[in-house]
Amino acid sequence: MNDDLYKPFLMRIETARDEAPDVRTFRLKFAEETERSEFFRRYRVGMFGLYGVPGEGESTFCVASPPTRDGYIECTFRKVGRVTQALQELEAGQAITFRGPYGNHFPIEDWKGRDLLFIAGGIALPPMRSVIWNILDRRAEFGKVTVLYGARTVADLVYKDELADWAARPDVTLATTVDPGGQTPDWKGKVGFVPAVLKELAPSAQNCVAVLCGPPIMIKLTLPVLAGLGFSAKDIYTTLENRMKCGVGKCGRCNVGSVYVCKDGPVFTLEDISRLPAGDM
Amino acid sequence: MKTIETGRLPDLAQALSAAGYRVVAPIEEGGVLRFREWVPGLDIAPGSVPANSLKDFLFPRSEVVARFALEPGGFSPAPVERSAVKTAVLCARPCDAAALAALDAVFNWDYRDGAYNARREAVSIVSLACSKADEHCFCTSVGGAPDGVAGADAILRPADGGRFLVLDALTEKGRALDQAAAGALAEGSVALDAPAALPRRFDPEAVGRWLAANFESPFWKAAALACLGCGACAYACPVCHCFDLQDETERAECRRLRNWDSCGFGLFTLHASGHNPRPDQSARWRQRVMHKFSIYPQKFKTLACTGCGRCSRLCQAGMAIAATCERIEALGR
Repeated sequence: MNDDLYKPFLMRIETARDEAPDVRTFRLKFAEETERSEFFRRYRVGMFGLYGVPGEGESTFCVASPPTRDGYIECTFRKVGRVTQALQELEAGQAITFRGPYGNHFPIEDWKGRDLLFIAGGIALPPMRSVIWNILDRRAEFGKVTVLYGARTVADLVYKDELADWAARPDVTLATTVDPGGQTPDWKGKVGFVPAVLKELAPSAQNCVAVLCGPPIMIKLTLPVLAGLGFSAKDIYTTLENRMKCGVGKCGRCNVGSVYVCKDGPVFTLEDISRLPAGDM
Repeated sequence: MKTIETGRLPDLAQALSAAGYRVVAPIEEGGVLRFREWVPGLDIAPGSVPANSLKDFLFPRSEVVARFALEPGGFSPAPVERSAVKTAVLCARPCDAAALAALDAVFNWDYRDGAYNARREAVSIVSLACSKADEHCFCTSVGGAPDGVAGADAILRPADGGRFLVLDALTEKGRALDQAAAGALAEGSVALDAPAALPRRFDPEAVGRWLAANFESPFWKAAALACLGCGACAYACPVCHCFDLQDETERAECRRLRNWDSCGFGLFTLHASGHNPRPDQSARWRQRVMHKFSIYPQKFKTLACTGCGRCSRLCQAGMAIAATCERIEALGR
């Protein structure tokens, strides 16, 4: 095993597309076949990577494509700081540095035969999109798939083409919603906050796993609704996004309580999270 | 008994140097005792705990982890040379040697850190037993001892009132070093000095128990009031190992660096969104104490403190982790 832990490999941007204001998706190709096969030998949905621009540094975000599509990886990120700004200025054909995959993963093998409910807000769809595509690429192994996705405005919805695909599939129930005032005249989805729309959808908790990702306020207000529907804390999953530098449990930055989010996480159940000090997150 | 006169430590350094070791020892410079590389002509001052710790030589404060040549529209990777010089540390403190177990744990936890391990394998540690301790020392409260041998490859023990040192090899590396130094050592019969008497100040297990149950406590606010957030404690600590990765560009050459960092700094956990899980100094000081006495023991089965006292010797605000632990133990009673 390579013990040069912080030495990245190169990936080339095959396509770059704008998803929403300041949000961009790259499809990245591996420079070497050995790097591609080693990546996919280890990669499971929920893991993350460190994407870098030499001269600017590295930034941590999820891998937004599933291992069932193993010719490339995709990532979707918002411009918020120095590195993401530099990444967004790049175009197809240019290279970035990459390290990963790191962290634990969603235990989808344990979810076979169960129904799945995905609830995402805003830029939190990308970490869930890899799971959704992984499930849909192995559709027969899982039960009902319901996706509830909300954003502030119609413009802020990411993966608009894929949302249309999911809406058209008979084997997916999709509800999209935007905050009141965020709709456009031709908006066909719902208007309202995610917790309210969830209450209205009222999916059954029977044999169902919920995956929840979004801004803290959305999580806070959605959890009581899930509890009201009968979801138990061990059947609700999320992914934590602490600041990270090394990704391999050394640099100390993502430590919360007794866990290192980069190695023990980023995927946790609500039951796991309830054991961590809330005041450190 | 293999002995050397304390005043002749440079002879020992010379012998090891001649045998191909880089020698690191406590050397006084400008009134400050520091571990640094010995070169002929320098005196070795085994008196007190040096200001810096041994981690400087295993986990340097700044290290290149990747290099890139910047080109118009892109970059290409450039090679990084890994340096791991065969090194002998003379007169390491038992609290420094004891810290290696804690560093080994984190740098080998699942992912092996190659650069750290290469230096770790290349270093031989010769501890010097302490025959005196100051008011900041508290190794006996955290499982150590003034003449402890944990982490050491050999140990020098003061004898005849400090005039002589007796060398005992403890490991294979220690025996190799003993052989290399044979010319500087003499067979002699001397009376070993008693190790420093250092009463135990607190029970780390009791501290850990209170910490595990008191993340939220008014104690933290008051305990951290004096902290300036300067990070000197973390930099001097033989166990603290938090780091940052930063790119530094000079003309067309980019170096990706691993630099020491500290959980005491406000930027350490600041998210790009502006959210900071540890928004004030009390949250950061709590993290420092928690990590050393609760999180590390849970995770790695070892404390992340060896009682060297460097942090409190250096603190300009009079913060002392041992005093904090005493107060915590009292709270738990």
